[in-house]
Amino acid sequence: MTAKPHPEIETAGEQDGKLVSLLVYLSLGIAFGIVLTRSEVLSWFRIQEMFRFQSFRMYGIIGSAIATAAASVALIKKLALKSASGEAISIPRKTLGSGVRYAVGGTIFGLGWALTGACPGPLFALVGNGVSVMILAILSALLGTWVYGLLQPQLPH
Amino acid sequence: MSAWLTETWPWYVAGPIIGLFVPALLLAGNKVFGISSNLRHLCSAFAPWKLEYFRYDWKNAGLWNLVFLSGVLAGGSLAAHVGTPHDIAISPATKAALTQVGLHNLSGVAPHEIFSWHAVFTLRGFVSIVLGGFLVGFGTAYAGGCTSGHAISGLANFELPSLIAVLGFFAGGLAATYFILPHLF
Repeated sequence: MTAKPHPEIETAGEQDGKLVSLLVYLSLGIAFGIVLTRSEVLSWFRIQEMFRFQSFRMYGIIGSAIATAAASVALIKKLALKSASGEAISIPRKTLGSGVRYAVGGTIFGLGWALTGACPGPLFALVGNGVSVMILAILSALLGTWVYGLLQPQLPH
Repeated sequence: MSAWLTETWPWYVAGPIIGLFVPALLLAGNKVFGISSNLRHLCSAFAPWKLEYFRYDWKNAGLWNLVFLSGVLAGGSLAAHVGTPHDIAISPATKAALTQVGLHNLSGVAPHEIFSWHAVFTLRGFVSIVLGGFLVGFGTAYAGGCTSGHAISGLANFELPSLIAVLGFFAGGLAATYFILPHLF
């Protein structure tokens, strides 16, 4: 590798690239906020309907989302596609360990999911939808994550 | 405004579009779709307190995701402004069950009797908003993901840890629905 001839120009190019990619993530986020609203998955009522097994709707949404994502991931792997930034695409696999963190952590999140009627994405989309009290739920969620950080060394994983 | 922008989408439109966020983020920058990591990034940015869990370069790891999350808030606002105001068309069985639990007003995206600023000081408001929010934050951090990271990204990649987590999500959700909610009214 030879030294870069114009380091300052390279840096400016990288900065632009970073800004462009952040704009891409912003646009995707906006699209996701619209999807959460139009699909009504941010609604406490839809979550209740799901946990009471009284409509196929949420199961249809989650199931077809997983199927679409799985088919896309398989295709990306098969074609060995690279990202727009030129990186090889890889999804880091989660380590199972004893599995306690997934079972217990998952159950604790499930309790919160049914009580708030929202998972983390919808909490933010709900604030956008005018349910401003969800700001308090978000602050409380931040406290919950912080307390996990505090207790992490003592918890079984 | 065309109807698909203002009306509720059927499940077979909404689901696949949600699923497409996984390849979109992978192709955009090799990013894994998962919202709850943002709670960790925000703690790391504002209150790391020398805790091991928050000691990492949050900008490098999560700036993209925080930008995505701010978009989610903006997108929710945009959709609410161009949308046709309506009640959520839940099934008659759910309406009956919720009325029996003690709800009187089933309008809006979330019931006003629970999710409003003055309800925070009632038992049902406090448990649903403050305790519920805390459990969302603690549980997702412990489990290492939420609906997006485990149920969608994880299951799409056929990961056993995510399957265990999703079974936990449902166990917790059912417990809260049947054993906690009825006692809040």
